[in-house]
Amino acid sequence: MNTPLRAAFRAGLAGSLIALHLALVGMVEAFNKREIIQDTVTLGQLLLLGVSIGTALYALQLIPQERRATRDGWLTALVSVSVVSLTLMLLSLAIQTINLRFMFQNASKELVRILTFHTPGVVGLVKLWLFILVGGILGVGYLFVPRPWNRVLSIAAGATLIMGVMRSIVTPLLPDLLVDALYTASGLKRIGAVVLFVLWSAILYTYPRWKARAQTLQTLEVRLGPRTIPLPVFLGIVVLFALPAILREEGSYLFEVLDMVGIYIIMGFGLNIVVGYAGLLDLGYVAFFAIGAYTMAVLSTPELPVVREFLTQTIGRSTLNFWEIIPIVIVISLISGVLLGVPVLKTHGDYLAIITLGFGEIIRLLVISDLLKPILGGAQGITGVARPTFFGKFVINESWEYFYLIVITIGIALYISVRLRDSRAGRAMKAIREDEEVAKAMGIDHVAAKLSAFATGAVMAGLAGALFSSRLYSIAPHSFNVLISINVLCLLIVGGMGSLPGVVVGALALVGLPEVLREFAEFRLLVYGAALIIMMLYKPEGLWPERARVSPIAKEVFGDRLQQLKIE
Amino acid sequence: MAYFEVRDLHVYYGAIHALKGISLRVEEGEIVTLIGANGAGKTTTLRAISGLVRPRSGQILFEGEDLLRYKPHEIVTQKRVIHVPEGRRVFARMTVEENLYMGAFTRTDRDKVEEDLERVYQLFPRLKERRRQLAGTLSGGEQQMLAIGRGLMAAPRLLLMDEPSMGLAPILVESIFETIQEINKQGTTILLVEQNAHMALQIAHRGYVLRTGEIVLHDTAENLRANEMVQKTYLGMA
Ligand SMILES: Nc1ncnc2c1ncn2[C@@H]1O[C@H](COP(=O)(O)OP(=O)(O)OP(=O)(O)O)[C@@H](O)[C@H]1O
Ligand SMILES: [Mg+2]
Repeated sequence: MNTPLRAAFRAGLAGSLIALHLALVGMVEAFNKREIIQDTVTLGQLLLLGVSIGTALYALQLIPQERRATRDGWLTALVSVSVVSLTLMLLSLAIQTINLRFMFQNASKELVRILTFHTPGVVGLVKLWLFILVGGILGVGYLFVPRPWNRVLSIAAGATLIMGVMRSIVTPLLPDLLVDALYTASGLKRIGAVVLFVLWSAILYTYPRWKARAQTLQTLEVRLGPRTIPLPVFLGIVVLFALPAILREEGSYLFEVLDMVGIYIIMGFGLNIVVGYAGLLDLGYVAFFAIGAYTMAVLSTPELPVVREFLTQTIGRSTLNFWEIIPIVIVISLISGVLLGVPVLKTHGDYLAIITLGFGEIIRLLVISDLLKPILGGAQGITGVARPTFFGKFVINESWEYFYLIVITIGIALYISVRLRDSRAGRAMKAIREDEEVAKAMGIDHVAAKLSAFATGAVMAGLAGALFSSRLYSIAPHSFNVLISINVLCLLIVGGMGSLPGVVVGALALVGLPEVLREFAEFRLLVYGAALIIMMLYKPEGLWPERARVSPIAKEVFGDRLQQLKIE
Repeated sequence: MAYFEVRDLHVYYGAIHALKGISLRVEEGEIVTLIGANGAGKTTTLRAISGLVRPRSGQILFEGEDLLRYKPHEIVTQKRVIHVPEGRRVFARMTVEENLYMGAFTRTDRDKVEEDLERVYQLFPRLKERRRQLAGTLSGGEQQMLAIGRGLMAAPRLLLMDEPSMGLAPILVESIFETIQEINKQGTTILLVEQNAHMALQIAHRGYVLRTGEIVLHDTAENLRANEMVQKTYLGMA
């Protein structure tokens, strides 16, 4: 273990590097445009505050546990964050005296103004130091506030800030009166922040008391025909289906985001079967998404004379409708899953990853190519993709309407995933993931298991693609790049490989959050990288792992509550 | 007709001639051991029998029928020739019990499977204590027990074991060999590959000595133990 000063400097150095990085890639400046609490704190400042709190917590981790809640703890935390603020002060001075912009484009005067709270001279630097110091005080203060208040207050603060950051998602859910009282155009009013903070604190403080009641709620069941389902699940489903219709006006942005998240969840379930269950690292998964999307587009658009001609001659109509194409999408993606599977049956690990990566690229190049332009639309893509209709009258147009379709598809994909997981085929896949040769020696038909994994995964991606292209009404080849495969893989890793709730959590975190935090868009890959590294270091099993296992840290923080977590 | 017989088996890995025409025979109810130095081709022999490598020529006859016609999983499902691979290869992210059930993956006789599970737990009480533990977190010795137990769960008519004693403490080696003998007494025919010739020849009925892809000697275990060449080379006696 380290002495307090050594720990402080180590953590301070790490924190400094991160803070410098965030400032110089332009994140601080970009995030600063958004005020989270009116006239109080911006998203950019929160970012720096987060770094500061993180630095203090990391420094405290480095000293022996029994010394944390003593003077040593204060010393460690405050010195470590002071190192961070010193670095930022030096950065400000450097930017003011020499021009760094030839190297760091974002080392602007504006950055200095943000860092020093628009105050010139020494006073500004002191303000910066005090601000960063707040993070250190919050970090170490956690140890001195008695339980359960430390948890209650910190979670309440977090929840309040999140409600500020996610303004665009939260406000449609609230009545207008409340929105006007609590929110500004970009974030929370001061009064709103206070109200929410107090409210959250109260809820969290009383939580243990009404938790018991909530638990009896969980044991209640609703009878649906021959089966019963738990009441909370039933209520969840009711809300999921009632909400879009209620919020359709105000919530259109919300459902645009949720539709995208949903499409990624469907793909996540599919890739989870390939990578999570069968352990086949597929980096070309976007291919099946593209195949589904293009099948839907090509067969339904009024463009593409060659295809129209062909369809008129074979079936007597020039286009097919959404519902007719869906089974075709299923069949075509199933076949292409098998087609990819056969040549890679004997490859493993890195080789498999590279070959599948190539497969994804081939599909993209085919779609762009001039040769296939009459059939696939070439670089401009295709517009006029069919929208689903019911009884020839009711047309699905809006994102909230698509949401129903997507939720139903998610339900089907989930059902298949669960059934597969608990079936013989699922166990065969898992055995192959663990050790292919031994699996063979146990009598498992590895060809059948691998091909069915590829095929099932491909069908799910194909359906996601079909929904995607129909919802967008038009598709362009550049939206089917390798980044989609990477996104889906990342959401599996973040959520927990092989875990079904993990897919949902991962998609919300990696697809939903960046959509909401528009500021992130530019830095998306940077954030992904950071998120993955942090996950690998601190939670390699994912946010919601396949098997609930209680980590020692979680036990310390949450105490006995975790006893109730089911441990398989 | 022999119960199980290998005739003039040749296996190549690319240009490497790993098995140069070996022949051996196992009768029902026997323990036959195949001993030899590192790289002699012992593992290769077992892999060929269970269909994991394709021989260039030769025959592998089980009750007179050539196994070369079958795919690896069919050798398990139809012939119940079961391979316990070398190096404790358990399914790390499955529990002990899931591993054992994976052994019975291809069986349809549910009741007998439960009986066999009890039998495995009797042979290896340690596994019963740890039935809910992830196999990857077992100790080396426990993993070896699990690998053997998983093989037994497949209801083998011929059990191929590849170096079950590898890397185990001497005391555990002794108990593993006792268990193997017990398994044999309960009626399972065993082809045992070992480097620990000393122990293998104690429990086996007969043995074959493999050297660089060729069988150089075969005899009853008793005679092999007395054989001067075997004593010098494999039993480490001067
Ligand atoms: N996949 C492979 N590719 C190429 N050569 C191989 C392969 N597997 C085994 N060999 C070679 O075949 C020969 C026999 O190997 P085998 O594994 O059968 O030996 P072994 O008798 O089991 O040895 P050990 O006691 O060390 O396990 C060795 O020379 C080995 O290098
Ligand atoms: Mg070997």
